[in-house]
Order: sequence, then structure tokens, then C-alpha cells
Amino acid sequence: MSEDQGRYRPLSYFQLMEVSLRELLVEKGILTEEAISEEVAAMRARTPERGARVVAKAWVDESFKQRLLKNGTAACEELGLEIPALKLVVVENTPQVHNVIVCTLCSCYPRVLLGIPPDWYKSRAYRSRMVREPRAVLAEFGLSLSERTAIRVHDSTADMRYLVLPMRPAGTAGWDEARLASLVTRDSMIGVALPAPA
Amino acid sequence: MQPQFVTRYPALSPTFDIGQRVRVRKTAPLGHIRTPFYIRGHVGEIERLCGSFPNPEELAQMRDGLPAQPLYRVRFRQKDVWPDYQGPENDTVDIEIYQHWLEKA
Repeated sequence: MSEDQGRYRPLSYFQLMEVSLRELLVEKGILTEEAISEEVAAMRARTPERGARVVAKAWVDESFKQRLLKNGTAACEELGLEIPALKLVVVENTPQVHNVIVCTLCSCYPRVLLGIPPDWYKSRAYRSRMVREPRAVLAEFGLSLSERTAIRVHDSTADMRYLVLPMRPAGTAGWDEARLASLVTRDSMIGVALPAPA
Repeated sequence: MQPQFVTRYPALSPTFDIGQRVRVRKTAPLGHIRTPFYIRGHVGEIERLCGSFPNPEELAQMRDGLPAQPLYRVRFRQKDVWPDYQGPENDTVDIEIYQHWLEKA
């Protein structure tokens, strides 16, 4: 299962811990290998397209958007995205405010909507610098924002998970939801980028 | 004050209102703490009441974390948090903080 391009490397401390714990859970009959494989497959199957659907719906349906901002979990369930354990807070970008998400303590991330987080999201550099110098970090992602736009960093420290609702790109009047969703990138829902231009 | 998410745990009553200025306790207990170190001692404003959730410091000790702690989002001005912050006055950082970490400012 390891992705080491065929080269032998000894297991790291945490890899060894994961293997030991997994084998113990299976040996003691608490989990089965099949259940673990199914969960891994389900995790890999969740992609940012789920989040993009939510954003596109909010762009075309103002009352859905209001419900989404009020209670992100309940609004996602309207779309058939069951996320019962997740308390989803959706933060809306406007010309005055740009939102960006980080978890400085670990790597909390709305996996059910965005899938597996990118490695940089979990890196020490992103986690420490995004709260300290967000404008410099965003510029490194290619996003230079005017000082007239306030940057609102959200540190995902506890029970909430966050999704950025980007602004709908210009030139998309009359587009349907599926076409709009194709513009919504993972990074635009984390807040380190804008949606693709129309 | 209505929380954003209603939970069913037996919970403490919320003692802070939206817009109220609060200070994060400046203390460093051992254990699993969900209050980032960089924000301890700083003053911000209550942005919303998220709901009430079991205390993670207790959960980490295999206890039930009840009564649940009200959890707020607190908004801090970046210029208050980092004296040499490079950016405008209205840049902010919002952080979830449990009630027992907050006091009136």
C-alpha cells in the first residue's frame, strides 16, 4: 500500500504505529480488513466536486445560500450530502472580505466536502504562516489582494469545519449549476485561490 | 442567545454575548488543549455562539467532558495579535474558543 516508488525504506515511527494498531484491531475482531479497505476507498472517492456542487447551488439560489450560511450542515443535507457529525460553517467572500481556512493545531479540514487535504494544508509552514502573514502566503499562491479587501483567517481549532463560499465569477449569467460547479476549485473553497475565470 | 448548532449534551449556560470583548486566559496547562498558544492573553470580540460541546481536555483523559462547554468564535484584529503585522487594520483572525478559556476584557 505504501507509495515509495518501489524503493525500500524502513517504516517510520508513525507508520509502524499505524500498522501495529490496525493489525491488533483486526486480530481482536474489532475491525475487519474489508471494512478498513472500504473506508479507505470511500475516503478516496470523496472529491472537491461535492463542495463545488454546494457552492454552485448557493450561486444560483439565494434562499439556499442564506440557509447555508445559517447552518451549513442542514443545507448540505438538502442536497443529499449526509454529513451528520460535521458542524459546517460556511463563510462568504464579498468585495470587502476574503476568507481563508487553516488549522494551526493539526489539520482539521471538511473532508466530506473536499476529500483528502493537500499535503501543503498539513504542512507546518502553511499552518504557522497563514495566521501570521496571510497576505504573503496568499501571494505565494498567486493571489494578491488589495488592502481594501479585509482578510479574515479562520483557525479551525475545535468542533466546527469551514468552507469558503467564493464570489461568483463575472461573465457567468445564465449558466446552470453543473457548468458553474466546473469553475469551483478545491483551493477556492479553502480560500487560497479564486474560482477559475469564466 | 441562539447557538448556531443545537446539541443535546447537558451544558453550562453561555455567559458571553455577541460583540462582547473577551480576553483569552493566559495559562499553559498540560494536556490536549484546543486553544492555540499564540492567542492566549489576547483580546477579541465574540462573533457567534457555535453551540455546546464536551470539553476536549476532559475527552482526552477518557472522561465524558460534561457538562458541555459553550463554544464561541472569537474575532481578533491581526494588528492586536502580531504587533508587526503587515496588512490593514481590518484584517482579522477568527478562532473557536471554549468558554472556560475566556474572561471579560
